[in-house]
Amino acid sequence: MADPLIRAEGLVKRFQTGGGLLAKPRAMLAVRGVSLDIGKGEVVGVVGESGCGKSTLARLILRLIEPTSGTIRFDGQELTKLSRGDMRRMRRRMAMVFQDPYSSLDPRFTVAEVLAEPFRVQGEEPPAGRIAELLGQVGLSERLSASYPHQMSGGQRQRIGIARALAQAPDFLVLDEPTASLDVSIQAQIVALLSELRRELGLTYLFISHDLGLVRYFCDRIVVMYLGAVVEVLPRSDAPPRHPYTAALMDSTFAPDPHQRKRLRAIEGEIPSAFDLPKGCAFAARCPRATDRCRAENPDLTASDHPVACFHPL
Amino acid sequence: MSLKGTLDSIGRALRTPKGAISGAWLALVVLGAIFAPILTPYAYDIQDLPNAFSAPSAAHWLGTDEFGRDLLTRVLYGARTSLTVSVLSISVSVFTGMVLGAAAGYFGGAFDRAVTIFVDLTWSFPEILIALILVAIIGPGITGTMAAIAVAYLAQFTRLTRAQIMAIRSETYIEAAKSLGAKDSFILLRHLLPNSLAPVLVAGMLATGDAIILEATLGFFGLGAQPPTPSWGAMMSSGSALLFKAPWIIVFPGLAVAITVVAINLFGDALIRALDIKTRLRES
Amino acid sequence: MLLSVENLGVRIGRVEPLSGLSFTLDRGEILGLVGESGSGKSLTAMAVTGLLPLIGGRIAEGSVIFDGTDLSKLPEDKLRPYRGKRIALVTQNPMTAMDPVQRIGDQVDIMARLHLGLDAMAARARTVELLTRLRIPEAATVCDAYPHQLSGGMKQRIVIAMALAAEPDLIVADEPTTALDVTVQAQIIHILGELVRERGLALMLITHDMGVVAQVCDRVAVLYAGRLAETRAVGPLFDTPHHPYTTALIDCIPREGMAPGSLTGIPGLVPSVVTYPSGCRFHPRCPRSDGTCERVIPEVRTLPDGGIVACHHPLGGANG
Repeated sequence: MADPLIRAEGLVKRFQTGGGLLAKPRAMLAVRGVSLDIGKGEVVGVVGESGCGKSTLARLILRLIEPTSGTIRFDGQELTKLSRGDMRRMRRRMAMVFQDPYSSLDPRFTVAEVLAEPFRVQGEEPPAGRIAELLGQVGLSERLSASYPHQMSGGQRQRIGIARALAQAPDFLVLDEPTASLDVSIQAQIVALLSELRRELGLTYLFISHDLGLVRYFCDRIVVMYLGAVVEVLPRSDAPPRHPYTAALMDSTFAPDPHQRKRLRAIEGEIPSAFDLPKGCAFAARCPRATDRCRAENPDLTASDHPVACFHPL
Repeated sequence: MSLKGTLDSIGRALRTPKGAISGAWLALVVLGAIFAPILTPYAYDIQDLPNAFSAPSAAHWLGTDEFGRDLLTRVLYGARTSLTVSVLSISVSVFTGMVLGAAAGYFGGAFDRAVTIFVDLTWSFPEILIALILVAIIGPGITGTMAAIAVAYLAQFTRLTRAQIMAIRSETYIEAAKSLGAKDSFILLRHLLPNSLAPVLVAGMLATGDAIILEATLGFFGLGAQPPTPSWGAMMSSGSALLFKAPWIIVFPGLAVAITVVAINLFGDALIRALDIKTRLRES
Repeated sequence: MLLSVENLGVRIGRVEPLSGLSFTLDRGEILGLVGESGSGKSLTAMAVTGLLPLIGGRIAEGSVIFDGTDLSKLPEDKLRPYRGKRIALVTQNPMTAMDPVQRIGDQVDIMARLHLGLDAMAARARTVELLTRLRIPEAATVCDAYPHQLSGGMKQRIVIAMALAAEPDLIVADEPTTALDVTVQAQIIHILGELVRERGLALMLITHDMGVVAQVCDRVAVLYAGRLAETRAVGPLFDTPHHPYTTALIDCIPREGMAPGSLTGIPGLVPSVVTYPSGCRFHPRCPRSDGTCERVIPEVRTLPDGGIVACHHPLGGANG
């Protein structure tokens, strides 16, 4: 592979919560040593359940939060070493689309003001015609530019969120569950729009989702996270799962086909607390294949073309 | 909040019955205060002892006081003192509170802790006690009263702004602005302050009513505006000794305070409804 | 038939967001109610549980016949014994059904004590048994916990336990797993399915997810913009959907081996109650619509196999 657009190495994020007069502060590792390359033009999916650290990882890669340790290279440049001004200029090349299209737009901004913001934060004004062009790119009418968010549907707002991300013509977009708050019919529209934009503009995507079915449809490569760590990287969207957790996620995804009903092989129990991580493999307590070794030692991600962090892979 | 938005909200408030009646009274008081010199033939400070203690009549609509001064004139000039002192001091208080609260809410850390301690401390004393202490330090008079009111209400606006900023700070559009490269100052000025302005302004409006009472109270104790400058509180104070001889001397300034404060509260209520984005959304 | 809804119409103020809805539900059966947001699914749930007055709505026409009694004609005080006791409601957000300052065990116990007249000991024994049945580990310990100490999936199971404690005949579940993680969703959907078979309950499952429908439902009613589009047994519905809206909804779910670009969604927007189109309300978004669809409301037809469809140009050989 040529030089990747993004190279994240050993990313760790520790959050401290509580602490005060009476409470002892507690620390949790939201991301535990994640390394990830994203090639130019690639669509990489990150899938996992709530609390697996996928959103934190996305924010670390964009340096919206500072990593506790680890490095992120964007097109060869080490982001954590950039000055504030250089980082601000670098932000023209990367952008994010957020999950909730309701709270991601300032209720007092018109559409035109929302789309002008990416320019204004850089101390410039949007070039003439750029806002109309952006609205066109996301399939909206120019007439909407004087509307306020509350006058639009969820799907329209999410298109505005996408247009805002595209404003400075970035190379790289982080899509943080961009369809999770939308109706399925609108979800499919947005996914189709994102595919089309990627083809037209040659974008690179990091697609965060809890929906393995959607990720397998949309992404070239899939990173599966569990409790802050990568447990498996599927090299192709149709690669069979090797980690028992990935297999469990697939079993929990219901196909829209009553002839493929699944027996309850779905895993028992729930995700342990990130404040209180078990010693060995974080998945051992719920894993049907776990042995004493799994409960004592933490497996590393193998260095192969289909990396998996499991002592007993499928 | 844009200027146009504010004006729209005030316009909507004025179209409700509550807003219209209270707004009319407030307009009357403000106009009366501004045009006092041309509205009455009397001066507020020239004594006319032969006419002392006149009951309300065609010549003196509200009667005269113990020095024969026309009470209507004194009430109108008193409105000047009351309104100027309360509006100016609350404006200073709102502005300072917003700066302190916004900085504390946005940046957090040691500064936030210091501000919180200050707020909690002043919050635990009654406003009148804070005001009395400050007047004792600065000395009686208009300046002392204004400083006292400004400090007495500072905690309220600081706390409110801080809470607003902290709530809005976690909205996704703030994170979106950061992801585009926005500086702190941009986020504060373009997103956080405009979105937290409305409730703080309404609180300021309502506090102005309280400030009129506080100003009157200080005046009543002889700590506010000094004679011969008329103030509603001082007039009531001198009238209290003459309650049975000439009740109008205390009743009319008292009514002026009461009705004005009620009107401010009613108008504040109407404004809250007009500003409420959620109600507007539900209706549309 | 345990529940029979006939020609149900709901009014809120001057608008009629739901009209002409009919369906039936028997013991031991799971009926899925699907559609996008704004299709009238939740209104149907509120009509069946008699909760419409909460949002200022009322049943304007038709009937809701539950075990021989028309609930739509009953006054509130006669309706109350049905709610909770014989008809239980499980909502999307478990916290709306729980008291944050009461222990879990007490909240479940009270249902059995109130509705079945059990004493404290017997009620607690049943609670522990029920929680264990819902695969809650260490049920006795969980009884002493407060809601905030539990995860979302655990809370939703407690709410289901509260619903089951009174031994109802009908459970109305409004998006019970939408807010949960997928692995937890799968567990809860399976448990619900098992309970229905085991205890002969009737379950009305409201969801927007065709995957969930395919997984557990026996029959499905597809709603669009406040009207019934199609009601079928689950197998035929997915094999040969008749209504173009049903097809479109199914095609919104990515499935194994789907070619890139084949997921396109349904064009346009779901209409709101004030913008309901004339004729067939789906016609502006429908690939098969013509002049008739714009003008004429399609008749609700019963097919030979018992299915129901309301479309001028149905697919899959449902034409006459």
